Amino acid sequence: MEEINALFSGFAVAMTPFNLLLMLVGVTLGVIIGVLPGLGGANGIAILLPLTFTMPPTSAIIMLSCIYWGALFGGAITSVLFNIPGEPWSVATTFDGYPMARNGKAGEALTAAFTSSFVGAFFAIVMITFLAPLVAKFALQFGPPEFFSVYLLTFCSFVGMNKGSPFKTISAMMLGFALATVGMDTVTGQLRLTFGNPELMRGFDFLIAVIGLFGIGEILLSMEEGLAFHGAAAKIRRQVVLETWAKLPKYWATSLRSCLIGCWMGITPGGATPASFMAYGVAKRVSKNGENFGKGEMEGIVAPETAAHAAGTAALLPMLSLGIPGSPTAAVLLGGLLIWGLQPGPLLFVEKPDFVWGLIASMYLGNLAGLFVVLTCVPLFASILRIPFSIIAPVIIVICAVGAYTVHNATFDVWLMLGFGVLGYVFKKLDYPMAPMVLALVLGDRAEDSFRQSMLISQGSLDVFFSNYLVAGISSLALLLLFWPLIGKVIGKKKAAAA
Amino acid sequence: MSEQANNSNEDSVISVRMMDIITAIGFLAVGLTVMIGSLKLGASWGSDGPEAGYFPFYISLIIMLSSTVTLYQAAIVNKKKKTESFVDRESFKQVMAVLLPAIVFVLGVQLIGIYVSSVFYIAIFMVWLGKYPLWKAIAVSVGVSVALYLMFEYWFQVPLPHGSWFNPLEFVGVN
Repeated sequence: MEEINALFSGFAVAMTPFNLLLMLVGVTLGVIIGVLPGLGGANGIAILLPLTFTMPPTSAIIMLSCIYWGALFGGAITSVLFNIPGEPWSVATTFDGYPMARNGKAGEALTAAFTSSFVGAFFAIVMITFLAPLVAKFALQFGPPEFFSVYLLTFCSFVGMNKGSPFKTISAMMLGFALATVGMDTVTGQLRLTFGNPELMRGFDFLIAVIGLFGIGEILLSMEEGLAFHGAAAKIRRQVVLETWAKLPKYWATSLRSCLIGCWMGITPGGATPASFMAYGVAKRVSKNGENFGKGEMEGIVAPETAAHAAGTAALLPMLSLGIPGSPTAAVLLGGLLIWGLQPGPLLFVEKPDFVWGLIASMYLGNLAGLFVVLTCVPLFASILRIPFSIIAPVIIVICAVGAYTVHNATFDVWLMLGFGVLGYVFKKLDYPMAPMVLALVLGDRAEDSFRQSMLISQGSLDVFFSNYLVAGISSLALLLLFWPLIGKVIGKKKAAAA
Repeated sequence: MSEQANNSNEDSVISVRMMDIITAIGFLAVGLTVMIGSLKLGASWGSDGPEAGYFPFYISLIIMLSSTVTLYQAAIVNKKKKTESFVDRESFKQVMAVLLPAIVFVLGVQLIGIYVSSVFYIAIFMVWLGKYPLWKAIAVSVGVSVALYLMFEYWFQVPLPHGSWFNPLEFVGVN
């Protein structure tokens, strides 16, 4: 029970008054970010990251991760009340949440959504508490080939799990890798692909890409839809909360299933969005009330919310234990670790136990704080959405510009942000996935380093990725996922032929 | 059938297929640039291991292969398919109404600093697209700028751009 002891010392780190205050601030900011269009977990944290440079790393990560929890909670508010998903992972929540709100059950729908979010997150945190140290310990034996094969697995699973064109996924991902190579090469010290432009020497910072792709791109998309908000009024009375809580245990099976789906999708970089859809789909098929889904069934809120929050939380497991983030937001947090001078990866558990366990303990507390904040302050957050878009849009663009500038104190980066914004708009409309691109941009250097080191070991032979059972197993799994779209097609055709 | 579809999309600025083709060509261009850049650096096996262009070279190769397939699918396979609109005229206008001022805004950030640019940008946006009275627009935009100033320069001591060409805040004593 080493983990329990470590966790308690983590609570001691996290429970200082300053950190508790940061938690509340973080969660509140996070909910606001989650509610506003154009600001989400990933770019919200990216914008606020420079403000934390002066804080101690543990406090900084506690605040930033709490923003993330807040954003996960916040997405549900707009879905239920306005039928507008504030975040992509809360799209599935609108299916039953909005009908419930229209039937005058907004309070119940929100309570169900928040509580399920909490349950999902809690499940994932418990899993992280016990699994992450084991994974990290195991990964301590990894050499460069093993690490590269894990990177390969991460990126190939994007190809295998994405519903769109695998070639578009690969193109977007490779663009991320290509952008990551721009600038100083850490091994040879040469400048790469700058073509003599001094501004490009800094390289493409992924924070800029995140702010542009997700922030500006989102604003352009919302503008096109010509948003008009027609929201249901909401106020959560304690009576309603207690009544809803009494009903929720009935859905334990749905909840457990969604937790498992969420954790799986979070660890493998499927992410919260597909997890929520998958959980909704499975619940609809399995549930006795399946035919009522879409008309305002509470179970239809429980399933996607639990899964989304479980996935969002579980995405931190590979980030902490392997240094490989499972989602764009986890990638931004990883970027934060690097900036604070911490090396994410298996050694983090050995070298900085205070930091790791403080963070894990803060996850428990942060989600509890989040649940409390959203249950008590819903009317306040809902009123943010009543601010017209013609005020919100320019203000958010200004905030994004500030965020992009502060990363390197460079106005060139603000131009880049705008460019990434247009790219995000086009990519979104053409179904080029952005998550693999961002992850490639973050992990590009590290993936390249492990590739080069592996090549040095083997003197240029790719056999090194199949040199022992472990690395061969991971590599084969990666290749299987890479060719999954093709394999799936062949199996589908065979099935069709048999039928 | 396809003629009818074309008629109903009369307001379309550009079709999805066309946009797919343009994007794929863009990817090919990026791939080619990266390839040339990495070949210049040396993409083979040096005396001390892989050269600096080794990894980017293969990345560029994969970009070019995958975007060629996308280009082929869009240009040849989907040729007969019904044309879908990427963006219609009205939406395109809306998007440009945000994007063009944003470009001017970023230029302003570079030249006269972020605070004054933000005041103009938010106020003009509100009056022009939101049809707000001028006093409200000025109140909101000045409020946002002052809040930014307090938060960044005062509390967190993170300087924001004051303008490389001309700093209008000199008049109120901020350098």
